[in-house]
Amino acid sequence: MIQLLKSREAILAAAILVLIGLISTRYSDFAAPSNLINVFNDTSILIMLALGQMVVIVSRCIDLSVASNLALTGMVVATLNMMAPGVPVPVLLLIAVAFGAMLGAINGVLVWKLDLPPIVVTLGTLTIFRGLIFLISNGEWINAHEMTAGFKAFPRYDVFGLSLLSWLAIATIAAFFVLVTRTPLGRAFFAVGGNPHAAVYTGIDVGYTRCLAFIISGAVAGLCGYLWVARYAVAYVDIAGGFELEVVAACVIGGISIAGGIGSVGGAVLGALFLGIVKNALPVVDISPFWQLAISGAAIIIAVAFNARSERKKGRIILKQAERLA
Amino acid sequence: MLADTSSAQVQDRGASARSTLRPLLSLRGVSKTFPGVKALSEVALDLYPGQVTALVGENGAGKSTIVKILTGIYQPDGGAISIDGEPVHFHDAHAASAAGVTAIHQETVLFDDLPVGENIFIGHEPRTRFGLIDRKKLRSQARALLQRVGADIDPDVRLRDLGIANKHMVAIARALSIEARVVIMDEPTAALSHKEITELYELVERLKADGKAILFISHKFDEIFRIADRYTVFRDGELVSDGLITDVSEDELVRMMVGRPVGQIFPKREVPLGEEILSVAGYCHPTEFEDIGFRLRQGEILGFYGLVGAGRSEFMQSLFGITRPSKGAIRIAGEVRVIRSPAEAIESGIVYVPEDRGKQGAVIGLPIFQNVTLPSLRRTSRRGFLQLAEEFKLTRDYTSRLDLRAASLDQDIGNLSGGNQQKVVIAKWLATQPRVIILDEPTKGIDIGSKAAVHEFMTELAARGLAVIMVSSELPEIMGMSDRVIVMRDGRIAGEFERSGISAEVLVRAAAGLGAGA
Repeated sequence: MIQLLKSREAILAAAILVLIGLISTRYSDFAAPSNLINVFNDTSILIMLALGQMVVIVSRCIDLSVASNLALTGMVVATLNMMAPGVPVPVLLLIAVAFGAMLGAINGVLVWKLDLPPIVVTLGTLTIFRGLIFLISNGEWINAHEMTAGFKAFPRYDVFGLSLLSWLAIATIAAFFVLVTRTPLGRAFFAVGGNPHAAVYTGIDVGYTRCLAFIISGAVAGLCGYLWVARYAVAYVDIAGGFELEVVAACVIGGISIAGGIGSVGGAVLGALFLGIVKNALPVVDISPFWQLAISGAAIIIAVAFNARSERKKGRIILKQAERLA
Repeated sequence: MLADTSSAQVQDRGASARSTLRPLLSLRGVSKTFPGVKALSEVALDLYPGQVTALVGENGAGKSTIVKILTGIYQPDGGAISIDGEPVHFHDAHAASAAGVTAIHQETVLFDDLPVGENIFIGHEPRTRFGLIDRKKLRSQARALLQRVGADIDPDVRLRDLGIANKHMVAIARALSIEARVVIMDEPTAALSHKEITELYELVERLKADGKAILFISHKFDEIFRIADRYTVFRDGELVSDGLITDVSEDELVRMMVGRPVGQIFPKREVPLGEEILSVAGYCHPTEFEDIGFRLRQGEILGFYGLVGAGRSEFMQSLFGITRPSKGAIRIAGEVRVIRSPAEAIESGIVYVPEDRGKQGAVIGLPIFQNVTLPSLRRTSRRGFLQLAEEFKLTRDYTSRLDLRAASLDQDIGNLSGGNQQKVVIAKWLATQPRVIILDEPTKGIDIGSKAAVHEFMTELAARGLAVIMVSSELPEIMGMSDRVIVMRDGRIAGEFERSGISAEVLVRAAAGLGAGA
């Protein structure tokens, strides 16, 4: 299984290299290191959100509210910055994470305590969070001139040739890698998603574990809320509208099973990078943005078909054994 | 104990069996091969109108494969099927049901959220002139069919709201609705209570009287001898023997099934009992059970007997912290404990191996070692981080004791055979170093060979000083393995018996509430 996953990631990595190669034939500078650094920087937020989403999906749930969470938290920190310019950026960062985690906890508690289907809960909060942005902002924009210089400069700050935004993405990848492979909680996500009934009997609290997954996803969305608003220097009701679909798509392309229990940090990162590259390359090779949507869509279907095939192969082995036993 | 009465009944049944000679459905030289496995090789099977043919065999004998061939789900690689002497081909499930073959499965495969009437007629609903479903006709025909099977069920009730026995009745009504001539019953009594089983037998008698040919698959010998007219034994995909049930004894049948004489079935060993490890007092639950109390010592096997629905599993789940009791106290090794979650139960040294190990045991997709360490992660991690080396060590320790056959401990558990998966699940529980192990229906639906292995293992656990609680609905198992038996009825303890005082009659009377122990 691990070998299968590894090879699945290897195939995705190869697909990304082929993609970069193809783009280079039309636009030779695409593969230049400076450009790739830009692409990574551009994809950082998607990568982080995909990682947060990954733990949710692995525990057999889904979080559709991430983009709304991002937008609401972004509006909250932008408003705070506007009204109290003295609050230092690191404090705002912590507030963003905590606020996002709180919004995630709302999802988590509803799923845990009321036993509601995650897709319904997060579809609801998706709308509610958007509505709250409107209430906070009265539908008005917060523009660049209303934000402090430090607020806007933070994600762009250059450290060893990479922006702080990119560094945060790298740190998030590392943190998730440790979480998923080296902590009991990470293991619990897989057990809960792989076989919730068995998880109960091993002493894992399924609802609580899922709640934590939502809190993690929410915290990451909150962090990304600040980063998004600061990077684009604007906050309004509709920022990142529909971005949750891209986040889920990145996970699916990365081989994370929507049925839960299967997925990896590498997969989520590569899935996000794949989408990021498609998005960045199409304008420069002069292809209409409509094609961009079509290509993303096709990539999702190919990835799902590929995963379904490899999972079926596994199923067949079990079936064969079942036959022998039956 | 049951053999005497049933053999008497069987005597006169044999006479009528001999008089009918022409099979309704017959299979000749049927083979089926799956990649790497020969599931059936050149088997023959005859089903006679108005007779019950029992198909017996261990797991892996090919029983399910033949059911799937008869219902058109699998296509045989070779051989012929004929009905009334005419050759037929079941190229899909529809063809089989059109030819009048229907199967009633252990877990009914019907639609929980549809009303009973629609379940009965789905796929062949009565139509109006315009081709729409004729609801009125559907309802009245459904009511008539349900009456015919003797079930008092409203056709408008959702299937989900019925008990298992009534779901079977609906399945049987469905079989009648397609005018089935051949009815296959695949372990129909596995999940039924005593009373429901009796009702099912009556129904089988009625189907026989209607001239249906019935194929009856069961692991329970008493019921085979009670209702079957003929038997067919499969072993490893081959036909071993068939004939009239009056011509064989239980022992012969078992010998044919396993291909070797079965000696002592229960490897019960005398184990010196140790300290009292668990005591439960006054355990209550608002709806499921009331005032349950008992004591358990190290090395003891305590059997919990009762009818399905007596509240045994519900009590065990409460003891394990899955549900909360409303009242009651537990002492473990003399110390008062409150168990509010499975995690706390495991920490206190109680583990629960649930009935449905397939569904509730292994986490497919996780490697072997991660399955084993799942309940023991606190021990294998340091400062909140997992120690892979520790995990592998723990896994190796416990899986090697159970003689697990696997290429690597890093392998996905889904790639193991069923038996080896079972070993991983058991290793998982042993690795928590429990003091009390609760086994819920440990041998339900498994073949005789595997049963013996499970009983052997249970004895081994007791000999190592573990206290074992065994919930079982099988009398021979309860009587063969337990040091002490508690009988539950309607959520209460109906009696407690020492090994010396156990007899089948006493236990059954207590479980059914017929004086004596009640």
